[in-house]
Amino acid sequence: MTTELNRGLRLEITDDRHFFEGKVADLLDRLYGAALRLAKNREDAEDLVAEAVAKAWASRRSLKDPEKFRSWIFRILTNTFISGCRKQAVRPQAETFQEHPSDVETAFSLFEELHQPFLLWWGNPEKDFLNKLLSQDIEKAVDTLPEAFRMVIVLSDMEGFSYQEISEILRVPVGTVRSRLARGRGLLQKALWEHGKDAGLIKST
Amino acid sequence: MKKVKTIGCEEALKHLLAYLDQEAGAIKRREVERHIEICRTCFSRAEFEQSLKTRLREAGRGTMRSSFEKRIKILFDQFTTKQKRETP
Repeated sequence: MTTELNRGLRLEITDDRHFFEGKVADLLDRLYGAALRLAKNREDAEDLVAEAVAKAWASRRSLKDPEKFRSWIFRILTNTFISGCRKQAVRPQAETFQEHPSDVETAFSLFEELHQPFLLWWGNPEKDFLNKLLSQDIEKAVDTLPEAFRMVIVLSDMEGFSYQEISEILRVPVGTVRSRLARGRGLLQKALWEHGKDAGLIKST
Repeated sequence: MKKVKTIGCEEALKHLLAYLDQEAGAIKRREVERHIEICRTCFSRAEFEQSLKTRLREAGRGTMRSSFEKRIKILFDQFTTKQKRETP
């Protein structure tokens, strides 16, 4: 009886426009930030968020637990992005969900390239490198990642979702989340390294 | 309390990212913590990876255009209109 009552109350809460609007307003900048990294440009990111919000409202009764609103709406956002990619066939499928870049790229470590233990007390090249990077350098590096890796980096490193939550959002096993994150981070660091060389942020290679 | 196993750099690095993501199990977390307390290179590595994570988190904040916020408000108003039509 109590459970049914609670369930009824929860449905009433999620059906309420003020609840929905308040939650979306709180998350809007994060939804937009994530959409921007997925879609890579303002116009498509705005369309993506608007479409996801409209879809979320239309399916608001499928949200069983109001506490999970955040992961629920991010799942709608990523699903909208994936189905949009497939519909538009912007890129060939193999590139869109490429899972197997070379091991050399995915095992890349900026720290190993930059760290100089003998400089211990006089300098910290890896820290200097990070300090020289602009936010837009990092955003551009994220944009170079294939979608499958970009999505987990956005959800984990940018949005702070747990592996379990990412697994539920993307509907892939936790093990897949772990391996995509490890590979994605390697690729991201490789992209930052290449950018650092091109922009002259690294003194010697 | 169970004694914490001493692990080497290779083992610590294998679990470092899960540790920084707060996804390592309790035992592994203690082993990695113990290792970075005594290994200066792995400590520096942990510090670096954490700083990169922080930079990524900061970079994830996009600045929205005011026209977009207006667009979302209009969308909300449409919800109310639709909801009124749905409710008998």
